Amino acid sequence: MTQTLLDVRNLKVRLGRGGNAVRPVDGVSFSIARGETFALLGESGCGKSMTALSLLRLLPQPAGEITGGSVRLDGEELLAQPESGMRSIRGGRIAMIFQEPQTSLNPVMTVGAQIAESLALHKQMFGDAARAEVIRLLDAVGIPDAPRRYGEYPHQLSGGMKQRVMIAMALAGDPELLIADEPTTALDVTIQAQVLELIAGLQRERGMAVLLITHDLGVVAGMADQVAVMYAGQIVEQGPRDLFYAEPRHPYSRKLFAALPDSSKRDRRLTVIPGTVPPLNQAFHACRFAERCDRAWDLCRRREPGWFELAARRGVRCHLADPGVEAPPEAGSGADEEERHVAAPADGAGHELLSVTDLKVHFPIQKGFFRRTVGYVRAVDGVSLSIPRGETLALVGESGCGKTTAGKGILQLLRPTGGRVCFEGTNLLELKGEALRRRRSEFQIIFQDPFSSMNPRMTVGDIIEEGMVAQRIGGTASQRRERVERLLEQVGMRPEHRSRYPHQFSGGQRQRICIARALAVDPRLIVCDEPTSALDVSVQAQILNLLKDLQGQLGLSYLFITHDLSVVSYLADRVAVMYLGRIVEEGRVDDVLDRARHPYTQALLSAVPALDKDTQREIIRLEGDMPSPANPPAGCHFHPRCPHAMDICRVRYPDTEALSPTHTARCHLLTS
Amino acid sequence: MIKPVILWTDALVFLLVGIVVVFAFYARRHEHLRAPWREVVRGRIAVASLVVLAFYTLTGLLDSVHYRKALPMQDGQVEVQYGGEVFSLLDALLGDVGSQVEKTYSAPFAYTLYTRETVVDENGVQKRIFPRLKYGGAHLDDPATQRGADIAARSLAALWQALAFMLVLTLLLSLWLAGRWRLSPARALRRLLRGDSDVPWRTALFTIFLFALLAALIVNLASAWHVLGTDKVGKDVLYQTLKSVRTGLVIGTLTTLIMLPFAVTLGMMAGYFRGWVDDVIQYLYTTLNSIPGVLLIAASVLMMQVYMDTHPELFETMAERADLRLLFLCLILGITSWTGLCRLLRGETLKLRELDYVQAANAFGVARRVILVRHLLPNLMHLVLIAVVIDFSGLVLAEAVLSYVGVGVDPTTMSWGNMINRARLEMAREPMVWWSLLAAFSFMFTLVLAANLFSDAVRDAFDPRLRR
Amino acid sequence: MLAYIARRLLYAVPILIGVNLITFVLFFVVNSPDDVARMHLGMKHVTPEAIEKWKEEHGYDQPLLYNADEQGVAKLTDTIFFEKSVKLFAFDFGSSDAGRDIGDDISQRMWPSLAIAVPTLLLGLLVHISFAMLLAFFRGTYLDLSGVVLTVILMSISGLFYIIGGQYLFSKVLHLVPISGYEPGWQAWRFVLLPVLIGVFSGLGSSGRWYRTIFLEEIGRDYVRTARAKGVPELKLLFTHVLQNAMVPILTGVVAVLPLLFMGSLIMESFFGIPGLGSYTIEAIQTQDFAIVRAMVFLGSVLYIIGLLLTDLSYTLVDPRIRLS
Repeated sequence: MTQTLLDVRNLKVRLGRGGNAVRPVDGVSFSIARGETFALLGESGCGKSMTALSLLRLLPQPAGEITGGSVRLDGEELLAQPESGMRSIRGGRIAMIFQEPQTSLNPVMTVGAQIAESLALHKQMFGDAARAEVIRLLDAVGIPDAPRRYGEYPHQLSGGMKQRVMIAMALAGDPELLIADEPTTALDVTIQAQVLELIAGLQRERGMAVLLITHDLGVVAGMADQVAVMYAGQIVEQGPRDLFYAEPRHPYSRKLFAALPDSSKRDRRLTVIPGTVPPLNQAFHACRFAERCDRAWDLCRRREPGWFELAARRGVRCHLADPGVEAPPEAGSGADEEERHVAAPADGAGHELLSVTDLKVHFPIQKGFFRRTVGYVRAVDGVSLSIPRGETLALVGESGCGKTTAGKGILQLLRPTGGRVCFEGTNLLELKGEALRRRRSEFQIIFQDPFSSMNPRMTVGDIIEEGMVAQRIGGTASQRRERVERLLEQVGMRPEHRSRYPHQFSGGQRQRICIARALAVDPRLIVCDEPTSALDVSVQAQILNLLKDLQGQLGLSYLFITHDLSVVSYLADRVAVMYLGRIVEEGRVDDVLDRARHPYTQALLSAVPALDKDTQREIIRLEGDMPSPANPPAGCHFHPRCPHAMDICRVRYPDTEALSPTHTARCHLLTS
Repeated sequence: MIKPVILWTDALVFLLVGIVVVFAFYARRHEHLRAPWREVVRGRIAVASLVVLAFYTLTGLLDSVHYRKALPMQDGQVEVQYGGEVFSLLDALLGDVGSQVEKTYSAPFAYTLYTRETVVDENGVQKRIFPRLKYGGAHLDDPATQRGADIAARSLAALWQALAFMLVLTLLLSLWLAGRWRLSPARALRRLLRGDSDVPWRTALFTIFLFALLAALIVNLASAWHVLGTDKVGKDVLYQTLKSVRTGLVIGTLTTLIMLPFAVTLGMMAGYFRGWVDDVIQYLYTTLNSIPGVLLIAASVLMMQVYMDTHPELFETMAERADLRLLFLCLILGITSWTGLCRLLRGETLKLRELDYVQAANAFGVARRVILVRHLLPNLMHLVLIAVVIDFSGLVLAEAVLSYVGVGVDPTTMSWGNMINRARLEMAREPMVWWSLLAAFSFMFTLVLAANLFSDAVRDAFDPRLRR
Repeated sequence: MLAYIARRLLYAVPILIGVNLITFVLFFVVNSPDDVARMHLGMKHVTPEAIEKWKEEHGYDQPLLYNADEQGVAKLTDTIFFEKSVKLFAFDFGSSDAGRDIGDDISQRMWPSLAIAVPTLLLGLLVHISFAMLLAFFRGTYLDLSGVVLTVILMSISGLFYIIGGQYLFSKVLHLVPISGYEPGWQAWRFVLLPVLIGVFSGLGSSGRWYRTIFLEEIGRDYVRTARAKGVPELKLLFTHVLQNAMVPILTGVVAVLPLLFMGSLIMESFFGIPGLGSYTIEAIQTQDFAIVRAMVFLGSVLYIIGLLLTDLSYTLVDPRIRLS
């Protein structure tokens, strides 16, 4: 057994004072061995980031306060250190990187200077020596052309590069422990793969311990040695990764696995965790998960479960694990309901509803003395796709590939520059003013951010009613009101929620309201713009179930815009993969996900962290970042990053190649 | 017999009061408006400043109900003739203080003038003495010995009045709160006095008491003494200071009332429609902004003055003329100050129009003006409100400066700026005359401080970004 | 960059034309030159001849916009609009109603204005930033709280009070500096000292508070947390990271008013008898010398536009994220 590096015992944190004080960390204990990766897993608001910040005593001031416990680094108590002592530990022995590389770097200081600052503090390195060391560090984290990057400012780097700079800065002090707080959440999946690989590599090289904080079971599976699951301020389960993945013991952990969408669950409803995380401003006298647990019995509501050690470094906080109590047997009917088949598609399915041909959305770039248009950002540059009635087309791609713009262009929320959008035979591009306005009820949109998609000054009822009023449907005021109540019930809310305001609901509930709002005008097509990417896994499952149910009941068609391939495999019938304004591969979901032919799709698929480490594919590493759509590379847009690029790729954009009646791709590899 | 007179600013002041009342009723029914206000009135400082502002407002409103007195009927006269002088309710409340004019300077609570004069006594001997005042302390035979006792007696009477008033008010309040808290009145009273309530009623009561005492003292003492002395031409300083309250409030509020419609409409239009509308509006406010504010005000006021001088036939009374000049000043100040808010609202609208809920409304085919009114305006109102309360104190202070420069209110209008302007040379006098300046500055300071503290509370409650 | 400056300068032309139109309407359309002449001559006993004579002496005897009596270009140039408004574009301010050359006056009186305005600005920046830094460093403590209370109180006091009070205390009671007046050359410091100090002090409330808000906003940002996680000491954090970022809004705010320093401070100069452009303007307003007011309005607008341009340029200097295009 390796030696313990960090030992946290019964850590407690309080935010705020008085009656509203929140305890985001309430008695957390764990230990990290030298050189190991310890993953702290949990959904938003469970206290995992607060735990990390309190290890370095960086809680937001003056609200945050560590109220108890101990944090020992190599046997040395950190909570007893004076502030000056902490300064040599921060960055020197424990370094930290954060979730948002965009805002975590000082915008008016060069990246070189920011790394050199760390060297000056912890290694007393100055001048040329420091500069050489910074360049060495930048090289080490895989930043090309390090001497030039030394003098650049953060805004000149892409998101992935910034996170690399953050890592270089963290390495500058030669820390024994690196705390990585959701280091890849803000990054695209191919970049995430690069950064995770970098962290893993550096860790092996330096024998550094890593505390990885994440919500992503896939990331944990690929990285961690030891896993701890947090829920409502406490660790509810802990264990070595393989044991944990083989047999999660806490009902919450099990549910998390079950809620993950994937292709094997296509014909079933996803398991959901009902309800929400309890507010942490109360004193608990019961199991914190009991209200949402399908295995809970009266003991769970009476007494808080203790920590049950199952084996060395393996334990769980659940009465089920208590050898001293007899738990009621697992109910067999629970799973039955979850596996119920989704309703069959409605009649008339299969006929084409929407057909988009050569859609272009260009934004002009203006420059110079007279603001001449000197070029265009080709956000969407010739996209063709079609959606039959009652089916789901997933539009997949990384941020900046133009998928959201394409969605808005189809809905005429942005006026396209060219192409045709035929909706039931009418070209929407030719409709203007009132004619277009009248048809708007037939195609609707659901947005990504459930917080900005509803007017905070309107009641839920008014919000849902707005479309009906604008489209003059739904009859009289009282009929409309009834309809609003019916819609709320349909999306799993209560009719009396009508008179409340959006801020009184959680993210998942708001997304339900947004769905009800879209449904209010009887649309036939709904563009879902990443509707679940702002939500936790357990809530995501609820929304996906709802969308699938509604499709079955109402025969809706979805254009599902997402970057999450596991959602695609669960929900979509067809998939279109977008890269830099164009669709590079399209086909039925099994065509694309199982038999991908385009190198980009293949790379994208390989970069998705898999749950099972054994079946994890070799990651196809993509060089660099996606180029700007203002200045796409000549020839195939993908060739600078493509591992198979040939001469012709640099010259000509490949034509669409039919691989099977249902599967097309655009790549020169497939023509030759 | 009196004849009510409604000056332009009176009408607008009451319009403003009406708007505030309507808005209050509207806000009561809308949770998103009620919640921040509830938070505002939970702060002790905010409540205390609110009480201060309320007393100032009350003074200003009393001074905004104007009338003309009927002249005594001459023999054979059929129709009633009215005097050219315009009075207000405040004048009536203060008694004859306004007309009790001494010869020149006198110190606070003095019974003689501040300067020696040569008088000839009954024996025909010339003497240099401090002559007795005509009004101040005139009711006493031997003021040198009786002054202290007289002031004490009057103050005591004021104290009793204030205490009695507070007693009644506290009882009424506890009765009302008893209903809300569902307690017996006695227990509600105890809870009230313990300071155990969300809204700091105890602080409010204490502040009210201070100001009620002040009001009682003024009413009791001002009729017999020049509490704050008299100025160069012998006018009562306290009276002037009180009359100046209305001027300050009118400038602080009407300016905003005038500029708001422009700033809000143009700012929202520029941000929402963009394109050439935005260009025109931006051009408009950059141009207006580029002229230094004081100069634009000065130029406008000068030209207006020339216009008024060359068209004297337009005004029936002096008060009307002065009032129109006040209104015009508000207008000019409004024109010079709307640009800031307009730019702010334009920027915010640019941000809001890209938000998903506006996009969602677009996706429903909601008409553009409906989007402006339903989605954008309500989400900009907090900025407007914050701007209004912040501008208020700045405008009150600006009045003093402008009057000093000579482009402020009419010289016949009583205002703190005019008082300071007239009194600034008195600092150089030996012995110094300090009471005019002190009175003007301290009344202005109290108002502006209360407004600043209140606007802080409003901003904290309405702008969550600044909360920390 | 050059193209950008050129475009901005070009953009200034319509604004200046607008300013000119506004002043023209204010000074010549609202009241005709006859009215102005009548006012200057006194309201009573004014003969038409006297008015004509006054107008001729001051160059107001032409038609407003179009002179039908003249030939060719002169139809447009021999007008009040051309003589009094268009010529301003060439910085030809003409002569004041009292007969002095305004251009000369401005070039003379601008120096005393600068002698007060520049030290006030620089010292003010130093004092206000230090004060705000102090409060930001002790944020959340009683020192911070009392500092904030102090700023609110200072903000609520009329600027006139600082001047009158300052003159009374330092000049009349303590006899440290003369009450008012001015002397060119190095001897000026005795007269400049008090206005500068009062200027700095009277700005302490609003500026100190504003800067404190900026500092606190920056302290709340993620990069500060990163720097803390790196082990940067609190004081160093404030003086490097936070100050660097906070200087972006502070400096650009200062640059905007830089050109306007020429205009001087109306109140300060008139109270202290400084013969600068501020008191020049005030005297013009009080003697109703419209020619000077017109010239100052135009000058002010030009300086304001230069200020806007400088602001944009200074952004590119202090903020690497912004590039002109």
